Amino acid sequence: MFSSLFGNKEARILVLGLDNAGKTTILYRLQMGEVVSTIPTIGFNVETVQYNNIKFQVWDLGGQTSIRPYWRCYFPNTQAIIYVVDSSDTDRLVIAKEEFHAILEEEELKGAVLLIFANKQDLPGALDDAAVTEALELHKIKNRQWSIFKTSAVKGEGLFEGLDW
Amino acid sequence: MAQPLVKKDDDRDDEADYSPFLGIEKGAVLQEARVFNDPQLDPRRCSQVITKLLYLLNQGESFTKVEATEVFFAVTKLFQSRDIGLRRMVYMMIKELSPSADEVIIVTSSLMKDMTSKTDMYRANAIRVLCRITDGTLLTQIERYLKQAIVDKNPVVASAALVSGIHLLQTNPEIVKRWSNEVQEAVQSRAALVQFHALALLHQIRQNDRLAVNKLVTSLTRGSVRSPLAQCLLIRYTSQVIRESANNTQTGDRPFYDFLEGCLRHKAEMVIFEAARAITELNGVTSRELTPAITVLQLFLSSSKPVLRFAAVRTLNKVAMTHPMAVTNCNIDMESLISDQNRSIATLAITTLLKTGNESSVDRLMKQITNFMSDIADEFKIVVVEAIRSLCLKFPLKHRSLMNFLSNILREEGGFEYKKAIVDSIVILIRDIPEAKESGLLHLCEFIEDCEFTYLSTQILHFLGIEGPKTSDPSKYIRYIYNRVHLENATVRAGAVSTLAKFGAMVDSLKPRIFVLLRRCVFDNDDEVRDRATLYLNTLGGDGAVVETGEDVKDFLFGSLDIPLVNLENSLKNYEASEEPFDINSVPREVKTQPLAEKKAPGKKPTGLGAPPPGPPSTVDAYEKLLSSIPEFANFGKLFKSSAPVELTEAETEYAVNVVKHIFDGHVVFQYNCTNTIPEQLLENVIVVVDASEAEEFAEVASKPLRSLPYDSPGQTFVAFEKPEGVPAVGKFSNMLRFIVKEVDPSTGEAEDDGVEDEYQLEDLEVVAADYMLKVGVSNFRNAWESMGADFERVDEYGLGPRDSLAEAVNAVINLLGMQPCEGTEVVPNNSRSHTCLLSGVYIGNVKVLVRLQFGLDGPKDVAMKLAVRSEDEVVSDAIHEIVASG
Repeated sequence: MFSSLFGNKEARILVLGLDNAGKTTILYRLQMGEVVSTIPTIGFNVETVQYNNIKFQVWDLGGQTSIRPYWRCYFPNTQAIIYVVDSSDTDRLVIAKEEFHAILEEEELKGAVLLIFANKQDLPGALDDAAVTEALELHKIKNRQWSIFKTSAVKGEGLFEGLDW
Repeated sequence: MAQPLVKKDDDRDDEADYSPFLGIEKGAVLQEARVFNDPQLDPRRCSQVITKLLYLLNQGESFTKVEATEVFFAVTKLFQSRDIGLRRMVYMMIKELSPSADEVIIVTSSLMKDMTSKTDMYRANAIRVLCRITDGTLLTQIERYLKQAIVDKNPVVASAALVSGIHLLQTNPEIVKRWSNEVQEAVQSRAALVQFHALALLHQIRQNDRLAVNKLVTSLTRGSVRSPLAQCLLIRYTSQVIRESANNTQTGDRPFYDFLEGCLRHKAEMVIFEAARAITELNGVTSRELTPAITVLQLFLSSSKPVLRFAAVRTLNKVAMTHPMAVTNCNIDMESLISDQNRSIATLAITTLLKTGNESSVDRLMKQITNFMSDIADEFKIVVVEAIRSLCLKFPLKHRSLMNFLSNILREEGGFEYKKAIVDSIVILIRDIPEAKESGLLHLCEFIEDCEFTYLSTQILHFLGIEGPKTSDPSKYIRYIYNRVHLENATVRAGAVSTLAKFGAMVDSLKPRIFVLLRRCVFDNDDEVRDRATLYLNTLGGDGAVVETGEDVKDFLFGSLDIPLVNLENSLKNYEASEEPFDINSVPREVKTQPLAEKKAPGKKPTGLGAPPPGPPSTVDAYEKLLSSIPEFANFGKLFKSSAPVELTEAETEYAVNVVKHIFDGHVVFQYNCTNTIPEQLLENVIVVVDASEAEEFAEVASKPLRSLPYDSPGQTFVAFEKPEGVPAVGKFSNMLRFIVKEVDPSTGEAEDDGVEDEYQLEDLEVVAADYMLKVGVSNFRNAWESMGADFERVDEYGLGPRDSLAEAVNAVINLLGMQPCEGTEVVPNNSRSHTCLLSGVYIGNVKVLVRLQFGLDGPKDVAMKLAVRSEDEVVSDAIHEIVASG
């Protein structure tokens, strides 16, 4: 699906989500194929990921409350958003939902496709994709292309399936 | 500032032809900055746009908050590019924009990543930017990387970390101090710049620890410093150490002098000069020590580099002020510099020669100076003027040619500072060289005929008023002065009127003519000018009769205002128009003694036209306002004096209390300033219970409790006593703080409803004779003493018993009397056997008192004192003796 969208050129992807959802780990898992130890991202990381002849320019924005207001500065010209959810952090799923729907409202992201990663599937007590879909009220999304995948950045599961899509 | 690569210098030549920055306009550039958002970045184009943005910022153009934010976020998107050149521009841009703290965190992660990157350039620049935007908490996170960077192999990275350390030391000293070991290692670096920066940082870390600096200098002077820049720094630190340890060595051999002298043979000219200058600036440098330094400076004088010539001649110029003889060797070299193309060098050469020259060479030098005066800037002209002034004072016989020179340059074009320097010089010369007076005054008169500076005109008019009447032919000045009344602005006209009046008062033969002129001034269209003319006509008796000018009139015209202007201004502001006329005696005269250092400040040269120094606003006004706002105390009359606060509790006790004694004619008010230092308590109904049984003449009349005293917010409670009117009653009071304590819950801050009554013992308080004495200085003690007369003089001798030192005895008596020491006589020179101290003050009832104390050592430790008191009232004179006798 992504391949059909972008053909052979560079694509710009934003990785968003609450703090401690695993965005930075996913980024470097995608880029280098290994798990790096991360510290909370104050600001952003930007890397280029090569996958199936497509160059993805992946922007990983910090998820802390203080940084979230600045997400919008990076919205223009974005083709896709990867929204990462910590599936084991059930307490904050409500906040994750609110942030997610705020993003959906953004004018500048109207054309961007949505990919949701229900991350941290390796942890006990993690909700599966259906439960996360429910919690994020994804079914309310109309007129947008979206998809959800179960992932575990630590184990590297599900990530490339998502990109395949 | 981060220094981008140095190769920029190469394209300087092209810029001379046309500037690439021509016609850059903010709006357009901000439009262009949109390219940062393009999905496909063009690094070259982005760099150009950033260059333009940086140019705008450095031209002083400011971006609005919105613009800055927009540019900042756009720039952050450039982190995606791997172009090294572009990344460098991004760093620069972020650093220059230094956006608000909450936005800037967005780049923190990227910078931290770059700081540990493999590219040296990224590391160095990321460190500089990160340190610029960081705060304390983030700093601890990145500290580890910074320490690594200090000892980085790459000198650029190490320097960046060190310079950042120097900046961070201002804000987070405790963190940077932990890096000492790394910095020490960096001092040994082979890279010149790293060594330089490391040394600077290491010194800053240790600068408050004199021993550590000493050790640092000692170890480094043994010669491990290779970088010339670092060597220069080391020389500076060394001379600092020498300064601080100057008096400790008896041998005469200065520590480290050998090091400085060794540096005179260094390869780098920079080091040689630095060492030479350090030597010339040594405290009490001997001519033997000076010689090698002067020799190298002399070599520099004939160098082909203008910078070296300038540096050398400037240093020699300074040396010439203290050691003219040492510089004479260089005179020949300096004379050739008079024709130097660089006017700054020529000026310094001439002024140096003026200082070292002898009487015979003056005329020749003056001719040369006249030739190039028009070519140099005002600030150098001032240097020349000052040199000529001191020369003239040195060789009074030459005053004619020098005065002519001054008057010539006075006629030429010049700014205010320059003209002021000339006028001041002429005034000083007139004062100090009597023969120069008449010609000098005429020069000044000519100058005010065509003077564009109001300040200088009035200054000269004032001076003319004082000096003019004393000359052989005062009438010739009148024309110049009266011309001002016709031609100038109101301020100058008013000044001219006053000056005319002074001539009228002093020279009886001129009086009728002066009256004619003053009467014309009465029709001036400015109020102040008219008022002055009318006033002077009346005081001088302008009804046509020629009368002797009375003494009080002269006093009025020539006497100086002995009240601090600031106090007068405040009193006038407080004065409300009413039936009662303003009483100038009610103006407080208390001047806070200004720190001695300020008086000695260099450059504050006596101009001979001075007004009394303005005093800082006193706290008396504040107290007066406070007390008059309390109804119970409102009818006590005018506040005579408020003492400095006296502590009644030890430091760091539960409740801190100090007291201020307010003295009125018939009352005394104690103001207790209380502070509650216990967070868990709220005090209510706070009052000080005063036992006055040991102060018989006092009777308590009123007290004003403090309703509530919460934690850490000071409050006041007052107790007032009545005492016999005008009598300096003394006594001892014991104090007890009484209050109701309520427990406070620290978490909610709410107090409980029920309180417990409690007491707290305070220390005793005394009202002493000094409380009735105001410290009021007089500018000229001898004059004041003579004019007071000996009518109520009381003289007696006292033995003060054994004392630690003469100085201690002098201080004890000054404190006992509470009077203002005059003319610096409170300072007792070391080892003196006798001392005279002059005091002045105003005693309660507004009685002026002057005291002359003569101390002498009687035997090894016993101090004897002769006390002479003069005052306007013999009762007061006796009272002073009583104070001393009972003290």
